[in-house]
Amino acid sequence: MKKSVFFGTLAATTMAAGLAMAGTLEDVKARGELICGSNTGLTGFGAPDANGNWAGFDVDLCRAVAAAVLGDASKVKFVPTTGETRFTALQSGEVDLLVRNSTWTATRDSELAFDFVAVNYYDGQGFMVKKDLGVSSAKELDGATVCIQTGTTTELNLADFFKQNNISYQPVTVQDDSEAQRQYLAGACDAYTTDVSGLAASRATMPDAENHVILPEVISKEPLGPVVRHGDNNWGDVVRWTYFALLIAEEKGITSANVNEVAASTSDEEVKRLLGVTGDMGAKFGLSNDAFKNAIAAVGNYGEVFARNIGEGTTINLARGLNALWTQGGLQYAAPFR
Amino acid sequence: MSVSFTRKEMLPPLPPPVGERGVVKWARENLFSSPLNIALTVLGVLIVWWLVSASLPWWLNSVWNASSLGECREIVAARAGEGATGACWAMIRERWHQFIFGFYPPSEYWRPVLAFGLLFAALAPVLFSGEKRNLLIVLGSVTVFLAVTLWLAETPVVALVLSLALAVVLVAVSQIAPGKVLWFTLIYPPLCYWLLWGGSIWSPIVAMAGFAVLYAVFRLASPLIGLAPAAGAGVVAAVLWWLYLDVPIASFLQSALPFGIDAINSDRFGGFLLAIVIGVTGISFSLPIGILLALGRQSDMLIVKTLSVGFIEFIRGVPLITLLFTASLLLQYFLPPGTNFDIILRVIILVTFFAAAYLAEVIRGGLAALPRGQYEAADALGLDYWRAQRLIILPQALKISIPSIVSTFIGLFKDTTLVAFVGLMDPLKGVTQIVRADINWKGIYWEPYIFVGAIFFVFCFGMSRYSMYLEQKLKTDHR
Repeated sequence: MKKSVFFGTLAATTMAAGLAMAGTLEDVKARGELICGSNTGLTGFGAPDANGNWAGFDVDLCRAVAAAVLGDASKVKFVPTTGETRFTALQSGEVDLLVRNSTWTATRDSELAFDFVAVNYYDGQGFMVKKDLGVSSAKELDGATVCIQTGTTTELNLADFFKQNNISYQPVTVQDDSEAQRQYLAGACDAYTTDVSGLAASRATMPDAENHVILPEVISKEPLGPVVRHGDNNWGDVVRWTYFALLIAEEKGITSANVNEVAASTSDEEVKRLLGVTGDMGAKFGLSNDAFKNAIAAVGNYGEVFARNIGEGTTINLARGLNALWTQGGLQYAAPFR
Repeated sequence: MSVSFTRKEMLPPLPPPVGERGVVKWARENLFSSPLNIALTVLGVLIVWWLVSASLPWWLNSVWNASSLGECREIVAARAGEGATGACWAMIRERWHQFIFGFYPPSEYWRPVLAFGLLFAALAPVLFSGEKRNLLIVLGSVTVFLAVTLWLAETPVVALVLSLALAVVLVAVSQIAPGKVLWFTLIYPPLCYWLLWGGSIWSPIVAMAGFAVLYAVFRLASPLIGLAPAAGAGVVAAVLWWLYLDVPIASFLQSALPFGIDAINSDRFGGFLLAIVIGVTGISFSLPIGILLALGRQSDMLIVKTLSVGFIEFIRGVPLITLLFTASLLLQYFLPPGTNFDIILRVIILVTFFAAAYLAEVIRGGLAALPRGQYEAADALGLDYWRAQRLIILPQALKISIPSIVSTFIGLFKDTTLVAFVGLMDPLKGVTQIVRADINWKGIYWEPYIFVGAIFFVFCFGMSRYSMYLEQKLKTDHR
């Protein structure tokens, strides 16, 4: 470790290299491991279990990328990042890819020099209230006390929403989700607002879940997706198309269980290209030809990933909603694979 | 004649009146001595009553066996009726290893356990120098602790036997030649590093050889060119050793005599393992640095003084979180991409600096409290600067500063939880957050805080008691 200190200081004084890093794909291949910036723990989206194995909706996308690039979904190192450190970790090259329910905004795309290569979850801010409050719409929340996490965009959205509807509210600021849940249950606030997925997770674990309702209004757009550094387009393409591969797989009914069977028997030309049976689509990304097949085999299609981590049947029990495929009235739409 | 009555024996003394003895007296004097005190007592009792009645059912309904918070609630409801609350310690039961070790691989738990046990063996000769009885108690406890915990942690047989043999040897040495145990303290840091991070055994050995190079050059050169230049030459030689010879020699030795244990990456560290690694390293390095800075601040040499003052004032003037963010974020921008500058090391360095700056001021207070006569007496004895400091000034100054030094240490140890802000898995926030992210335990609130707080209390209380013991032992005045 000592040597790295000295090398570090030496290098720092000489400023040997610039910040821009090209060729993340090559770096990952050379390293033999994908470094994925993840959450410090968000129910259903990314958290380590009792054995230290990461699991979750965002985590599975990291694993899919690792399977596509390295052929092995287990070759991922997850670096927990906080709300403050996540973007610097990506900019400085500490992580190759950030899949940490980060909202795609114009500033982040332009000023912070990132590329949001896809939207893997369309979220939005909602409200949860106690049933006996007798409220059926967020517009009836005039004068309500609202629990809200400080320093987040949800705070601004909330102010906008109440102002636009000409109603008043009293914010009760809290530090994190667990505190919010506690305050809300203790009756310190009438309503709790955060992303709908978070509300659903909180509600699912409440002792009296049936006494709480999530109001129908969604007052903001929160497109969450994987982020890469701006300017490394090849790497961005790899991440985007790995994600699209999972979407196309769902569209075509390919699952982790039947992917080999489909590859052997399919007559669909797009599926053949996707699974690397014909053509050299993998090679065009700088990957092996069966890269996307590996990704699907490792984590399953988008629907499987959703159902396993946050979908109906899990404790969180989220409906597909906006995240249904476009063929089923949702927004998840992959460009054609040709 | 008159019969006079003369008492022949004394009457047995009557007990004092009820109001002047026992509980009643004590209560009257201490609790009900004035209207204000009566009011305060009543208020205090009410508060205690309220706290206990509010929390006691929660403690009494504790659940130890469950697989999720929901199950805990069901058990509590079944046991104490609907609406009852109860602590869900089952979470600790299931996740305690993450609070202690973070993501350290379970098959290697014996390594941190061994390092932890040996830590006390290494500290003992420093904390209880030359006291055979205390050394025996500490080292004996370490041996027993290691025997039990290493066995529980399913240590490989070779490691188990070697560790216990080492512990027994240390006990024996402490009884035959107590001073010699200090040698173990010297080899402990590289040993601990190797145990925790693993890898080739040659890397820490060759790195430590750099200090041997430093010493050898110093000894050889000092008769020729004088003390200070020789020390400088020694440092240069050591740095050259670390820069150019360290890696090739270590890899050569590793290929010639391969010996090592599985390397563990820093991102596997978490929980109290992380807190103790940062805390203990910070504490042991900040004290010497702090002493040097305090002396530097009092120095007559302009550059030394300016540098010390600048360092102390800068570090003390900046919040620790700022320094941690610097360690985690800013340094990454200055270093070339791909530089593997370990995050834990970065954090340790800045935490050490932070504590050292505070300690420097604490020790300066001790130096200032010494009467001028002590300095003059040292001069009059003809001692040079370092001898005067070592033999006369510092022993007294440090003794005066013990309570504040230990306070700083306790503060430093508790501050290690702040590393959560840079994404490290500290026990209080980092591990708690990942536990809460598990759908089974989402919504749990007090239990992790109480658990972590209790462990922190044990450590900090221990430090505090030791400082009181030390004060007692070093007490030479007769106030």
